[in-house]
Amino acid sequence: MIATFRIPGAGRLKQAETARFSFDGQSYAGVEGETLASALLANGVHLVGRSFKYHRPRGFLSAGAEEPNALVEIKRDSARRTPNVRATVQELYDGLTAQSQNRWPSLAFDVSALGDIASPLLSAGFYYKTFMWPKSAWKNFYEPRIRAAAGLGVAPDQPDPDHYSARFAHCDVLVLGGGAAGIAAALAAAETGVRVILADEQADFGGSLRFESGARIDGQDGFAWAQGAVAALKAMDNVRVLSRATAFGYYAQNFVGLVERVSDHLQSPGRELPRERLWQVRAKRVVLATGAIERHMVFADNDRPGVMLASAARTYLNHFGVAVGRNVGVYTANDSAYAAAIDLKKAGVGVAAIVDLRDHPTGSVIDEARALGIEVNFGRAVIRAGGKLRVSSMTVQPKNGGGERTIPVDAILMSAGWTPSVHLFSQSRGKVAFNDETKRFVPGTYAQDCVSVGACNGTDGLSATIDEAYAAGAKAAKDAGVKNAGANTVKGIKPKVDASESWSRGMLGAAPGAGPDTTVKAFVDFQNDVTAKDIRQAVHEGMRSIEHVKRFTTNGMATDQGKTSNMHGLAIAAETLDKPIPQVGLTTFRAPYTPVTFGSIVGHARGPLFDPTRKTAIHPWAEPQGAVFEDVGQWKRAWYFPKAGEDMHAAVDRECVTVRKTAGLFDASTLGKIEVVGPDAAKFMELLYTNPWEKLEPGRCRYGIMLREDGFIYDDGVVGRLAADRFHVTTTTGGAPRVMNHMEDYLQTEFPHLNVWLTSTTEQWAVIAVQGPKSRDIIAPLVEGIDMSDGALPHMSVREGRICGVPTRLFRMSFTGERGFEVNVPADYGQAVWEALWAEGQKHGACAYGTETMHVLRAEKGYIIVGQDTDGTVTPGDAGLDWAVGKKKTDFVGIRGMARPDLVAKGRKQLVGLKTKDPKVVLEEGAQIVGDPKQAIPMTMIGHVTSSYWSENCGRSIALALVTGGRGRMGETLYVPMPNGTIEVEVTGMVFFDEKGERLNG
Amino acid sequence: MLLIRCPYCEEERPELEFRNAGEAHIARSADMAATSDDDFEKFFFIRSNPKGIIYERWRHMHGCARFFNAVRDTVSDRFLLTYKAGEPKPAKLPGAAE
Ligand SMILES: [Zn+2]
Repeated sequence: MIATFRIPGAGRLKQAETARFSFDGQSYAGVEGETLASALLANGVHLVGRSFKYHRPRGFLSAGAEEPNALVEIKRDSARRTPNVRATVQELYDGLTAQSQNRWPSLAFDVSALGDIASPLLSAGFYYKTFMWPKSAWKNFYEPRIRAAAGLGVAPDQPDPDHYSARFAHCDVLVLGGGAAGIAAALAAAETGVRVILADEQADFGGSLRFESGARIDGQDGFAWAQGAVAALKAMDNVRVLSRATAFGYYAQNFVGLVERVSDHLQSPGRELPRERLWQVRAKRVVLATGAIERHMVFADNDRPGVMLASAARTYLNHFGVAVGRNVGVYTANDSAYAAAIDLKKAGVGVAAIVDLRDHPTGSVIDEARALGIEVNFGRAVIRAGGKLRVSSMTVQPKNGGGERTIPVDAILMSAGWTPSVHLFSQSRGKVAFNDETKRFVPGTYAQDCVSVGACNGTDGLSATIDEAYAAGAKAAKDAGVKNAGANTVKGIKPKVDASESWSRGMLGAAPGAGPDTTVKAFVDFQNDVTAKDIRQAVHEGMRSIEHVKRFTTNGMATDQGKTSNMHGLAIAAETLDKPIPQVGLTTFRAPYTPVTFGSIVGHARGPLFDPTRKTAIHPWAEPQGAVFEDVGQWKRAWYFPKAGEDMHAAVDRECVTVRKTAGLFDASTLGKIEVVGPDAAKFMELLYTNPWEKLEPGRCRYGIMLREDGFIYDDGVVGRLAADRFHVTTTTGGAPRVMNHMEDYLQTEFPHLNVWLTSTTEQWAVIAVQGPKSRDIIAPLVEGIDMSDGALPHMSVREGRICGVPTRLFRMSFTGERGFEVNVPADYGQAVWEALWAEGQKHGACAYGTETMHVLRAEKGYIIVGQDTDGTVTPGDAGLDWAVGKKKTDFVGIRGMARPDLVAKGRKQLVGLKTKDPKVVLEEGAQIVGDPKQAIPMTMIGHVTSSYWSENCGRSIALALVTGGRGRMGETLYVPMPNGTIEVEVTGMVFFDEKGERLNG
Repeated sequence: MLLIRCPYCEEERPELEFRNAGEAHIARSADMAATSDDDFEKFFFIRSNPKGIIYERWRHMHGCARFFNAVRDTVSDRFLLTYKAGEPKPAKLPGAAE
């Protein structure tokens, strides 16, 4: 197909290769290097989408990142479907496949466009009003329908196969925006030798020099100058130049986030290329050169495809060589749109008329337009656009009323003036100030080490812009504190502007064509379908703050964040409120400037790289044994070891019985371990744990409880005293880091006088628990230098010696109630020692057991698990652990908290055992407990189940629970109401097996 | 991401290396067990939560692991000063006149 709107000789892509692409299944030809928008326009396609709320046909408003309408889906394959891509940003490549969104059954005929007729129902605040009654209808009826009919693109339903990379960077001067101002600032800074990064969101540097045909710098066309200057910058060692890189967020202390689109413009990006790269840049100084965005005119049906910003039409013509129509009309309130008319006219495009809202504008562009034979009308307004799927006419009327005249056109180019892009400045927490003369918000008070230059600073004219930017770039380099900055600036020469255009002034708010008429749709915010009428209505309904108007109307809340709409919305609200604009206030600019993919933020931190996976030294043994693993924090722990044909239940029953009958081996390596060492180690332990430690003899162990200052249990574990000045502390698996932090905090800040060192040794030791009547028989043959007899190594003692020839700390301790040992060996020997113990164990019929069996066995003995049987509101007394609190101690963390009135009051929840009346019924952990099952709902709940298991050793179910006044209820019957009926339980002690504890030495 | 100066490392490092540890200069009584209910309430539960200057504790978790104190403006998020644990509240703050 021949691209009929491509103008021979126009634009900068004359040598470019043809790129074939499809849109909604139709094939077209474009050229590489242009945007999808440009390519569609070259083929005469203006209708590209449907609006969010009313499903109105929409075309291209802009030629850049501010685009609210032309959002399409780009599809590379079934997984790589990117919705809501701005066609004005997406670069064309051969084979690109794009689809329109938010239409059914087709773009040209969309049944939901009936919403346009029903629009009185969808007016401002419709989210809050229309769909609110009856309440249940919102969930069942309105919301699903709105979600189906409205909304933008469809999210992909497969994992993203692309990869994303990330870079941190530091520089002296970061220049954001690569138009004339940014380039001039970068040149000045770079010439001093400081580290400079220059970034621009476009593929090509130059900013508005892409279309500003009247600009000449250093004797060249403005755009050509920009290319030469950027090439010179790229050649400098101290400069990094990033194109296709959008600065989306400006954070504290000159920390700026940018996303570089690395391969979205490539036909078949290699796998080695990331799709996008996140840059996190810390800059000593930031130069903001973000330019300005043109505003549209607000008049009836200003959203018809073909109605667009004047600067967009110029970009399509001057940069891409594409005419947006054959017979265009221009509607403006400033000078810059004249340049668009002049450029198009010179390229052979018919210009039906220029309609200028101003009464008596003067200037060279106006003279030039007239000289070219263009009809120019002053003091008139376009009150309506004709056409539906494409604009067909504009209706003109003197702005103070009078006869209407309808002029046939196939495009309307509009300009209400230019809004400085203060987004990043505002994100940096700078305060904008309103310039009443030029009706613009410009940077006022700075909060960070940055400076705004050029159009984003409200500076008009290319010459003033380059002067300002060049000086600012040099100053930024100097302020960045580089010693020799400024010393060799002589080699730089400030670019000289030979010619430029004037774009100042314009108007804010609704033009006459926006009507007071309530049926008129004069759009302020295209993407969210907010009209001038909606803003006025919001004010009439009582909204006073612009923040309220914004939320009520959703003006500026779409993915374009109101880049073209905020100022108009504000002006209309101010006019309706009859208040000056600054008093109504500007809404806050928030990151991101343009939408950022989750992929770029996540980077490589996905899948197995999302979070570290910690594996024990014994993991490589357990895995081929068929262990099923569970995640405990970052750890993979062997959960149970099923034999052929066993389910979890059968495996756990077998493991539980085997441990108590013979023995079992358990990998306890994940236990937290902290070495507490120093002359004051015992004193420190006295302060951090409830128990007494001073008199614990070296070689003995004690079960320790750690509280927070509020008196609640924080952690627990067995502590071995290896020497007068050395403790081997164990913590819960999940608690290790916070216990270490807690200890360090007190040591460094509350008890700094204590001479103690703390070292985390969790990963230094592999821990093999050998538990059961045969445990000593299994270990003894492998141990050297430790007397294993009960007299020499009683329960709760620790010895250092060797096992299998390697050093060990051998603990005699039990978390099962059986005779038991925990063999600590340096982690590198963990697997070998385990295998040796396993070989010994096999001789006795021992099994390997996992965390589930460990849980059941400890529950049979009533041993608590901190974090399961306690929840941060349980005191040692509540847990039945009063015996572990040193009664004679005068201080420890939590001593005062424990004595708080509520913590010593009667009727606290206490940990008890529960036995179901039917021994086969296993309670659900977390289930609530009541005293009277017949009471009215909501019932008074007196506790909950904390641990519950089937105990094969007891031949019944067992449970632990926190129950109000629990220890006073022994033998009482309580009830656990469940969806399928109420379960009767009896309150018991917490020990279900070997109540006398004889098996510890069995 | 904030930059925080560790007074032990004597370097500005990114926020990722640090952990906030709550308000600073809240003294734990030397005779804890004898503290009254009211004093314990003040010590354990009551925090100033100011809009403006806050004295707070930070830990250089992924650096030297030391706890230290910082003065931060909660409005601007700006750190005015950091100093070692145990040092008194600074009498004068840089830029306090602003
Ligand atoms: Zn440090």
